[in-house]
This record gives sequence, structure tokens and C-alpha cells, in this order.
Amino acid sequence: MSIAWENDIDAALEKARSSKRPLLVDFNATPM
Amino acid sequence: MESFINANYLPVKIHIKEQPKIFERFGAQWTPTIQVLDPDGTKRHQFEGYLPPDDFLAQLQLGLANSAFARQQWKEAETAYNEILSTLPESDAAPEALYWRGVSRYKSSGDPTALQQTAEAFKSRYAGSTWAKKASVWAK
Repeated sequence: MSIAWENDIDAALEKARSSKRPLLVDFNATPM
Repeated sequence: MESFINANYLPVKIHIKEQPKIFERFGAQWTPTIQVLDPDGTKRHQFEGYLPPDDFLAQLQLGLANSAFARQQWKEAETAYNEILSTLPESDAAPEALYWRGVSRYKSSGDPTALQQTAEAFKSRYAGSTWAKKASVWAK
């Protein structure tokens, strides 16, 4: 199973508000 | 790890070269920085640097627990802190989880015995930790 990473923080915040789920934000410098 | 993240979080990855303004907006100063945000965007937990898988997972669990605590969901917080103590007792997050489990129990019940019991528990577990020192004032 892979992690379903999103890279648009505002879109993710919108989803979080509607789903009531918290966000896990990984600020990184490794290749995407 | 993957299943835990997908089941409990909306995961977001921000690359420093691609989105430097998002780093600035959320106050991320180093990579990797991991933040747990409530659905309204409030930061509830943060840690920096690479961790072994068990410690990383424990920090993610701590993020959920801290989020529940901040929302004053004391029972949910207690359960989440307890999960760390049950499943990852050797992780660096475990002493912090023991401390906050005690506080969650106290907040839930109003009974100061919960704090005394926590201070007692620290005598046999994580005795050298900062959290044991913090809890020591609760001892009878």
C-alpha cells in the first residue's frame, strides 16, 4: 500500500474541513 | 506505517524547491519537518529530522492524541496516548504519552488520583525522562 500524498495544501485543507480528518504535512527536500 | 497514515490522516507533501512560500506560511525551517494540523489548519504537533520507523509512527500517534487533547476530547486523547504506551512502549514518544495520558484522565474525571498514579508509574517506567521529572510534583 502506498501513501496517497497530496501536494496542494489548500485543496487538502478543504478536504480536511469536509471530512474532519487531520492533515499530516511533510515538508521535505527529497525528490518527489 | 502506510496504512496508519492513510487511515488517520490526509497526507500532504511539500517540497522546499517547488513550494517555498508554503514552508514560510507554515513556519517550516528545516527538512524534514512534519506537522499535524487539525481540519481547521491549527497546528497540533510538529517534529523535525528523520526518525526510525517505530519512533516516526509513535510521533504520528502522538499527533492524533495531541489533536484530541486540544479539542478537549479527553477520553479519545487518553485512548490515543494509551495506544502509544501499548504498541510502542520503547519509543521516544512513550514517556510523553504516559504524562499526557495522566493529564487526560484527570481532565476527564477531575480526580487528582489520576495524576498521583501517573507519578507513581514513572517510578518504574521512564524514570530518567524529562516527563518523569515533570510528573514528580504530582506524587503524594
